Amino acid sequence: MSYNQEMIEKYRGNFLKEVQDNVEEGDWVKMCMQCGVCSGSCPLGPHWEHPPQEIFMMIRAGKREEVLESTSMWMCTSCYNCIARCPRGLPITHIMHGLATYSKRLGLVPKEQPTAKFAQLFWDNLTTTGRVNELKLGLALYFMNGFGEGIKTALKMKDIGLGMLKTKRMTPMEMLGGHKCKDVKGLHAMLKKAEEIEEARIGKSGS
Amino acid sequence: MAKKSYSFYPGCSSQKAASASNYQVSVDTMCQELDIELNEIPDWNCCSASIGYAGGGELPRLALSARNIALSEEAHPEQDIVATCAACWLATKETQQRLNEDEELMAETNTALAEAGLKLKNDKNIRHMVEVLIEDIGYEELGSHVKKPLEGLKIAGYVGCQTNRPFGIAGESFENPKYLDKMIETVGAEACDNYEKKVSCCGGALAFSEPEKSQALIKEIIESAYDNGADMIVTPCPVCQMNTEVYQDQINAKYGTKFKMPVVYYSQLLSVAYGKSAKEAALDGQVIPAKQLEEIAGK
Repeated sequence: MSYNQEMIEKYRGNFLKEVQDNVEEGDWVKMCMQCGVCSGSCPLGPHWEHPPQEIFMMIRAGKREEVLESTSMWMCTSCYNCIARCPRGLPITHIMHGLATYSKRLGLVPKEQPTAKFAQLFWDNLTTTGRVNELKLGLALYFMNGFGEGIKTALKMKDIGLGMLKTKRMTPMEMLGGHKCKDVKGLHAMLKKAEEIEEARIGKSGS
Repeated sequence: MAKKSYSFYPGCSSQKAASASNYQVSVDTMCQELDIELNEIPDWNCCSASIGYAGGGELPRLALSARNIALSEEAHPEQDIVATCAACWLATKETQQRLNEDEELMAETNTALAEAGLKLKNDKNIRHMVEVLIEDIGYEELGSHVKKPLEGLKIAGYVGCQTNRPFGIAGESFENPKYLDKMIETVGAEACDNYEKKVSCCGGALAFSEPEKSQALIKEIIESAYDNGADMIVTPCPVCQMNTEVYQDQINAKYGTKFKMPVVYYSQLLSVAYGKSAKEAALDGQVIPAKQLEEIAGK
């Protein structure tokens, strides 16, 4: 049985409980009073399929698929405007990140969602050596939708790349390894342990 | 004033030949003048910024910042942690807060850290460089080092998001923080008092994944600087700096604007005002040259 199916059967329509148990800071969702300040404060507000206030109500209304399969949470720029302004003090930014992460765990992220793809590239990039390799990250981004589109994007971005090279804010040398942590082994062991603990916690939550 | 020492977290973008290497060069210049000693946290790692959420879960992300704090505790036990990057500062401070509020997460984090031979106490002050300047040095002292006032320059102070929210600088408001304007005035330039995009979002990491949506935000930030008569924009954040500087040509092509607005760091303003050379102030790192600053530096 898929993890998604497992969770559907475990919570049997109680989506609020599912969110409280499994989403980072999900306990806060029930505190929303539907004032809408978060939605009005969001820089990408018009691009959300369902703005945060609506997401909170949909969670309580049990609209599981509509929420978890939405592109909405992926519009969060992490500007923290909603957190700063929420009269109830909800950590909205973190809840949106948590919903996105949970949706990813369940395998429900809409296909080709660009921020979901980029965020994964970023994580894989930084955890390889412990530090971001900006050149490899940039190239991976250009080519994340296949080779043909990658060439097009690379050409479109050519002048920006040249500007960064000229001002020594980028170097081709990063291709040959580049910056990294000395204790990569320890760092990897630490991350592996953290993942194991978290997976065990997700399995046991709500029981 | 006696030398002040800090445990320094530079972050990925500040490394040699990385996107904010010009920030680091000018920070070093500024700190030398102000007798601030930055001791780099040995073997620090990436904080995973905000966009790390979708790749890593909560605990792996917290462990990354916890490792940096633990390394700092080991190497510089008496010193506050100082970051120059908004995302580094935010991720580190957020981790500290989350772990101090949740004993179970703290215990789990320490179990993960033990794999790297580390242990976290988590009682350090975690600060942004602008806090050091404002709180530990003070505007008066900052002003007393000025040798070449930046007279005649009008500058839009673009604070952005993550240096401002959710933590911000003590005594400042989220909606209209004044510290960057005060710094601009401290070095003898004029601040755009009514710069309405001061704390607006540039799109952050979504400038990469959602370029059109982000560039629409960036356009307004630059347009407002022009509307307020600014000669240049100044910012404390590497992501803000890059996003508002390097996409201006693409925005011009799309919207028919004629933007050519230099975007510099506060550390570059201070360095030039302190009589340092264009190179020491890292003005050679500008994709859009800050000619007026170059002229003052060359005098």
